[in-house]
Amino acid sequence: MPKQLQIKAISGHAGPAPGKDASRDYDVCKLIDVTTCIGCKACEVACLEWNGYQFRETTFNNTYQTMPDTAWNYWNLIRFNEHTNPDGTFQWLMRKDGCMHCEEPGCLKACPAEGAIVQYANGIVDFNQANCIGCQYCVTGCPFNIPKFNPETKKVFKCTLCSDRVSNGLEPACIKSCPTGCLHFGSKDDMKELAEKRAAQLREHTAHKNAGVYDPQGVGGTHVMYVLHDIEHPEAYGGLPKNPSIAAFTQLWKGPLKWVGGSSLILGLIAAVVHFLRWGPKEAEIREDQIPPSSEEATHGN
Amino acid sequence: MATNKHAVLRTEVPSDKIMRYTWWERVCHWATAATYVYCGLTGMAFFTPYMFWLAVIVGGGPTARFWHPILGLGFVAAFFWMFIMWRDDVRFIPEDKEWNEKVMYYITNEDEKLPPQGRFDSGQKVFVIGMLAAAILLPLSGFVLWFPEYMPRSIHWVLPIVAFVHSAAALLSFGLFIIHVYMGTMIVPGSWQAITLGYVSRGWGMLHHPLWYRKVTEQEARK
Repeated sequence: MPKQLQIKAISGHAGPAPGKDASRDYDVCKLIDVTTCIGCKACEVACLEWNGYQFRETTFNNTYQTMPDTAWNYWNLIRFNEHTNPDGTFQWLMRKDGCMHCEEPGCLKACPAEGAIVQYANGIVDFNQANCIGCQYCVTGCPFNIPKFNPETKKVFKCTLCSDRVSNGLEPACIKSCPTGCLHFGSKDDMKELAEKRAAQLREHTAHKNAGVYDPQGVGGTHVMYVLHDIEHPEAYGGLPKNPSIAAFTQLWKGPLKWVGGSSLILGLIAAVVHFLRWGPKEAEIREDQIPPSSEEATHGN
Repeated sequence: MATNKHAVLRTEVPSDKIMRYTWWERVCHWATAATYVYCGLTGMAFFTPYMFWLAVIVGGGPTARFWHPILGLGFVAAFFWMFIMWRDDVRFIPEDKEWNEKVMYYITNEDEKLPPQGRFDSGQKVFVIGMLAAAILLPLSGFVLWFPEYMPRSIHWVLPIVAFVHSAAALLSFGLFIIHVYMGTMIVPGSWQAITLGYVSRGWGMLHHPLWYRKVTEQEARK
């Protein structure tokens, strides 16, 4: 990846440039520290702007959430939950929801169309709509409910982790827009280290004794990680699954069923050929027995 | 006395043949077959990358994805039309139990050891039951796969199960389909003519479906 376009310093910028010394060679990762998210939605706007979408229609549901769900043209949504703690206090939980860029992507496993989903060596899982056939098998394969279907074009869309920007040495648009520094971008190793440091800081210096890093191993780890106040209850953050993995039936469907089913059909065809060569067709031939034929059957032969 | 020879178009079934399938029965069969084959080919394309080229030859992946569920509904409609039309003929009769037990004789062409069969033999009835299961399971699972965008998040967990069931049901029906086509085109000469032109030779009827042959010729005698 070209390093020369990585920003080192910015004029008139308070503090260090975002991601100044982060290595950007391989295994990119976005780190979302939900504990410092203020729910400003700058990342939502930046995502729309960079990817060229209009703000879409929404419904107000008395929360600080922009819209009920992500959409084919709205990939990045701050999920809001007014969470009541066991001790009766409450918390406003804000979680930036979007594609997790799994190391073992369920969408890619389920997709039947060649080249519609690609996983880059740096960890980005990207959809290529030109090859998408609109079957939505990716929807069945994703444990995070991320791919969204556009019924007009019959194509599926999701966050690209700004693969177009990252391939040019830039950080994703959402990272650039974050005013609190809750979004970080760099190599997976760097982000892990940063995340663990932040989680330890929360455990030691705040009341969040269960703070931890969300990097689910069920999908081989993700290239989008969270620091959560309470790692034991990720569901509280707008339905983040606790132990996400590719569903057992998706594995069966794309594994044993394929080779058992395929080889059985091939064996069946071979069996038919063998049967034909050994026993062949059942030819009907009318013969007269001792009993004289009672009808015209015998005269009209085969 | 000189006769002027001339030919006329035959409009009746030849006298040495008997009618097996009416025009509507054949139309129904081929409507089922055409829709099934289309869905089978495009379905295989969606099932494995090694077969994806099948989607390309029928107009491309998105086109195949668009038509597969629609023609799938056509298959279900045509199948149930056929099933209702032949409901009396595909009902199992007491002889079928013995036929099933002695099916090896059928495979090894020792048909004289088998009990006489009606309009459809027991193997064909098993085929119909299998396809009936497919015609129920495939649209039920297929409907969910057609519109997953309307499935609420809370029941997304059924999607992988449904995708598996759809593929497994289709594969089982492929197995039945292979046997059906092999029997009809290779093993029982005259069957292809029966399902395309409608009639069979008397010998064909006597050998493969004697109970049916007796019934048909009795009606013939009464005419």
